[in-house]
Amino acid sequence: MPSLPPIRPEDEAVAEKVRLHGAFDAPAELPHDPARTEYLLRLGDDALILGQRLSEWCGHAPSVEVDLSLANLSLDLIGQATLFLGEAGDADQLAFKRDVLDFRNCWLVEQPNGDFARTMVRHLLFSTWQHLLYQRLSASTDPAIAGIAAKGAKEIAYHRELAAEWVVRLGDGTEESRARTLDGLGWCWRFVPELFEVDEQLADAIARGIAADPREIEPEWRSSIGAVLGEATLEVPADTRPILGGRRGHHSEHLGHLLAIMQYLPRTYPDANW
Amino acid sequence: MSDWPLWEVFVRAKGGLAHRHVGSVHAPDAELALRHARDTYTRRQEGVSLWVVASAAIIASDPDQSGELFEPAADKVYRHPTFYDIPDVVKHI
Amino acid sequence: MYTTELGKQPNVKPIGPAEDPALLEAFEARVAADEFIEPKDWMPEAYRRTLVRQISQHAHSEIVGMLPEGNWITRAPSLRRKQILLAKVQDEAGHGLYLYCAAETLGTSREEMIEALHSGKAKYSTIFNYPTLTWADIAAIGWLVDGAAIMNQVPLQRTSYGPYARAMVRVCKEESFHQRQGYEAMTELANGTAAQKRMAQDAFNRWWWPSLMMFGPPDENSPNTAQSMRWRIKRDTNDELRQKFVDITVPQAEYLGLTVPDSALKWNDDKGGYDFGEVDWDEFYAVVRGEGPVARERMTARREAWEQGAWVREAAAAHEAKRRKRAAA
Ligand SMILES: [Fe+2]
Ligand SMILES: [Fe+2]
Repeated sequence: MPSLPPIRPEDEAVAEKVRLHGAFDAPAELPHDPARTEYLLRLGDDALILGQRLSEWCGHAPSVEVDLSLANLSLDLIGQATLFLGEAGDADQLAFKRDVLDFRNCWLVEQPNGDFARTMVRHLLFSTWQHLLYQRLSASTDPAIAGIAAKGAKEIAYHRELAAEWVVRLGDGTEESRARTLDGLGWCWRFVPELFEVDEQLADAIARGIAADPREIEPEWRSSIGAVLGEATLEVPADTRPILGGRRGHHSEHLGHLLAIMQYLPRTYPDANW
Repeated sequence: MSDWPLWEVFVRAKGGLAHRHVGSVHAPDAELALRHARDTYTRRQEGVSLWVVASAAIIASDPDQSGELFEPAADKVYRHPTFYDIPDVVKHI
Repeated sequence: MYTTELGKQPNVKPIGPAEDPALLEAFEARVAADEFIEPKDWMPEAYRRTLVRQISQHAHSEIVGMLPEGNWITRAPSLRRKQILLAKVQDEAGHGLYLYCAAETLGTSREEMIEALHSGKAKYSTIFNYPTLTWADIAAIGWLVDGAAIMNQVPLQRTSYGPYARAMVRVCKEESFHQRQGYEAMTELANGTAAQKRMAQDAFNRWWWPSLMMFGPPDENSPNTAQSMRWRIKRDTNDELRQKFVDITVPQAEYLGLTVPDSALKWNDDKGGYDFGEVDWDEFYAVVRGEGPVARERMTARREAWEQGAWVREAAAAHEAKRRKRAAA
């Protein structure tokens, strides 16, 4: 059919870019630097999934003031996720069009909120880790990661303090609050080892100075958490067998449900803009 | 149980300005009052510094006494520079 | 409206004989002279009661109003929309907070106000008793509901009670993006796929009439308007505001290619505004009585949040008590 114009190579390039990746497509072809992309996904997915979890509180917190606080935490995290995922590719495509096996967040952040005690314990454990990590990452050899981490470190410093304030009050509050805090700690502690796991992907990124080595922050993390729990008159739980896998797409059952909710619109209307 | 006590919030909008009353929050103690104030009243870069004061600690003047407290100042016109006539030819005064 | 008088009866009792006529006269004169009344100033009991009811109802509306939109935060379709919506709903929490604090200066505790809400004694705006079915409802709420609310709130920045007026200044400043984000989201839908257009029109159809109801019953059924206007706790009548809202909103709908669900809608050259159909006031009063489609869900959600938060509030208070005891020892 000679009357049809030829498909120009630049059009092909555009078509390639707008390709939608559905749940059952092969994973997107990673750009030239898979280790960097992988690391960005880990950072971005951690922030995204925890931000999503915290946003579930909106309108249901123990007081109006706490509602405002929790929304601030969530907004900081979703902002960080947008930046990290934006470095890895199209942030919305990555957030809304990947399935469980392609998510790289740790198990801790995908855990259901439970009660306010569990939410705050989870936030203390995670934001303390995230803060120490971001501080190191602000010296990353990758300028984009360094920039996002430096900005994020200020936000997370506040998260860490706020979570600590709450854990102290709940741990050393009433009998009930203490029991609930212990319960939250028991729920979350299983997922601590994953925070310090270094697999091959991460080792590569650490070697190139892109990533920070989480093992180096573990002592400081432990002493900081120990201090907060001490003030909360709680004992540091005993370590249990590590539960790993999130960084390679093997998650708890909870993530699938979270994604089903979060991704429902873009998946139901794949050709729509919002 | 009753709700947490009330705290008054003061924000310094930027260096060089005084703290100004912006509203209040409920909080169980001073530290959380400061955090609640931050999370409520500085979400749009409204400030660089915060004060919180327990509302119960504020001593306020009685509006019934506003006559005796504030009206006597009204006729002390000599406290204001405009009270004084200086010839126009005299400068820098 | 968030502050609309929801009763049919005059609910302000005549001023009792106990009140000093000289004080009363001075008070009315101050209000008439556009002065602000401050918490410790003398005020008639009826003024205080009316204000507590109006401000707390306004606060309840902000807080209950978080729920219909909150229903979509976890399902917002892009990261940008998620951030916008969360920030917006968070603002409404802030508005509730400012307003509760303003009402507290009149001597009613927040806890008392919340209990009145949960027991059904206190009212909140009827609009929040309708469900948010699709994403387009979020767009429609921002555009119509926040649009209607701001019309009533802007004049309240000059209301006679100082703490209320100051709270409204802050609220109005924050409100400025709420309506715009809704209209922007609606624009995206109205120009989108067939499914999105359908959603947009459907949401518009469902929210149009409840939005008009927000301004409250017709003026002839609004017994307290005259006194409230004299006291500057209300600045325009219900019908005036409703007309203004219709006149402003119809062209906005036309721009989006949406059809206003009112066959009686017609431009009237003589009055320089639209004629529009009769609002279904039976529906309005049914919702005021608590018969809105999701009224029960809204109240259950609020009660649960408050009751399930009780142990947190108690724990923090207990911790502070321990700390003081330790410091004293
Ligand atoms: Fe509002
Ligand atoms: Fe609003």
